[in-house]
Amino acid sequence: MKCKGKAWKFGQNVDTDAIIPARYLNVSDPDELALHCMEDENTHFVKEVKKGDIIVADTNFGCGSSREHAPIAIKAKGICCVIAKSFARIFYRNAFNMGLPIVESYEAVDNIQEGQEIEVDLKSGNIRNMSTGESFKANPIPPFMQEIIDDGGLMDHIARERS
Amino acid sequence: MEMTITQKILADHTGLKEVYPGQLINARVDIALGNDVTAPIAIEQFKKSGAKEVFDKKKVVMIPDHFTPNKDIKSAEQCKILREFSIKQQLKHYYEVGQAGIEHALLPEKGIVLPGDLIIGADSHTCTYGALGAFSTGVGSTDLAAVMVTGELWFKVPDSIKLIYKGKLREWVSGKDLILYTIGKIGVDGALYKAMEFTGETVNKLPMSGRFTMANMAIEAGAKNGIFIPDSATEDYIRPRAGRDYKFYKSDVQAQYTDILEIDVSEIEPQVAFPHLPSNTRGISEVGEVFIDQAVIGSCTNGRLDDLREAAKVLKGHKIASNIRLIILPATPTIYRNAMKEGLFDIFLDAGGVISPPTCGPCLGGYMGVLADGERAISTTNRNFVGRMGHAGSEVYLSNPAIAAASAVLGRIGSPEEIINKHK
Repeated sequence: MKCKGKAWKFGQNVDTDAIIPARYLNVSDPDELALHCMEDENTHFVKEVKKGDIIVADTNFGCGSSREHAPIAIKAKGICCVIAKSFARIFYRNAFNMGLPIVESYEAVDNIQEGQEIEVDLKSGNIRNMSTGESFKANPIPPFMQEIIDDGGLMDHIARERS
Repeated sequence: MEMTITQKILADHTGLKEVYPGQLINARVDIALGNDVTAPIAIEQFKKSGAKEVFDKKKVVMIPDHFTPNKDIKSAEQCKILREFSIKQQLKHYYEVGQAGIEHALLPEKGIVLPGDLIIGADSHTCTYGALGAFSTGVGSTDLAAVMVTGELWFKVPDSIKLIYKGKLREWVSGKDLILYTIGKIGVDGALYKAMEFTGETVNKLPMSGRFTMANMAIEAGAKNGIFIPDSATEDYIRPRAGRDYKFYKSDVQAQYTDILEIDVSEIEPQVAFPHLPSNTRGISEVGEVFIDQAVIGSCTNGRLDDLREAAKVLKGHKIASNIRLIILPATPTIYRNAMKEGLFDIFLDAGGVISPPTCGPCLGGYMGVLADGERAISTTNRNFVGRMGHAGSEVYLSNPAIAAASAVLGRIGSPEEIINKHK
């Protein structure tokens, strides 16, 4: 699977309250959550994001609460993939469980600017900055996690193992 | 192989003699927790899996605590999902408003979580139970659903960091200050994916309440779990509550740590974390003039009886500054009743504070004390991210209960010593 879209850049330690403020956690409908994705962090984001766009963030993306509403909101907003230098661990699990592709690469994050066109090949982990022509390689996904993705998320993985 | 307490608990729950950091394991879960924010998604996933019954009625725990008593119609709908599922599944540990409290204070208090357990919760502060010498970590709703179906979950065995606290605590310095100081030192991702093992003569003397506060905020350093080696204080706390067997583990002398950090606590003064990260810490003497609109004392971090006693010690005989709101939230019905019996409520009410029923409400900007644009709060909670307690233009400063109480009296962030000296 490939992602192709515009880069939206964010800094270090983007927390889940920034991704989806807790005041909206009285609902769990993905489309409703998507309306408020990142609204306290970047007011343009929620209005201007296009389907297939890519979030590019620094270290510790998704820190803070365990709310699965965070990857749900990002995915429902149409973001195809999140590239970060590192992810907070609960967010990392949740993203895989929800089927939101995430990849880690210091190099890519340092060499992608806001608004540039990016292409990510999720299978190979190759990241291309179409605006500059540069290519980067993401850290490989552990085989165990790959298995969960191949089965279509954690619940499908469990269903397959039980059958 | 010499192992840490974290490795030993994980190994025993996997049926292996030993496990090593980085190893992927499928472990048996003793207690799985959900709340009114995270469980509705887990319940939906559970139903999707085709499962009819949870793996064990005694081990799946549902606590409506975030937006309860119901904040609005939407919250009421979420709570209804939780209630109907819990009744249908005949869960032993579902607590309705009136019996429910903030989950991370309630579960230890009722003896639902015990030393040596492996606990997961769809709430990041599930790491609190590490104070009992349990392996306890926060996960998302889908992970909770997986455990509700199978009773098991996959984990990567974490590396451990050993924190050694030495020296005597100064006056007004508590577990909250030790953990804030530690996060300030190592950063909000300083323990990413790792276990924080809290050791040393100082924490050995800490009461259980202080240990809960420290383990509670391990997640604020990015840790997978925080953990204490259980001792006689743990035994005294657990013995009257435990309804099943429990086990004390301890780390081997030669266990491997990726980092060992020694902290001399005699140097540490009460800490305040400035906006917008728990790692932006300063000693109280370095705070400067920060005026506040609201003080919040409570939460899964600092809503226990000892915390309320600390606040009362400062507030006794004082009135809060004019136009300041002081909101006090005892974390469970038992704490609420005991605080009332001890006369703490009179002190709070005389000071001009308001006492809320147990709820997570204001900590996450839910309700019961939301901030307006430009407003500033000092709070004994655990996070001060942008918009955490309300408007994105508001600010949250984190502290221990004594500092929060003193600040309410002063109208600006300050120390109990300022009030007590003034009246000497």
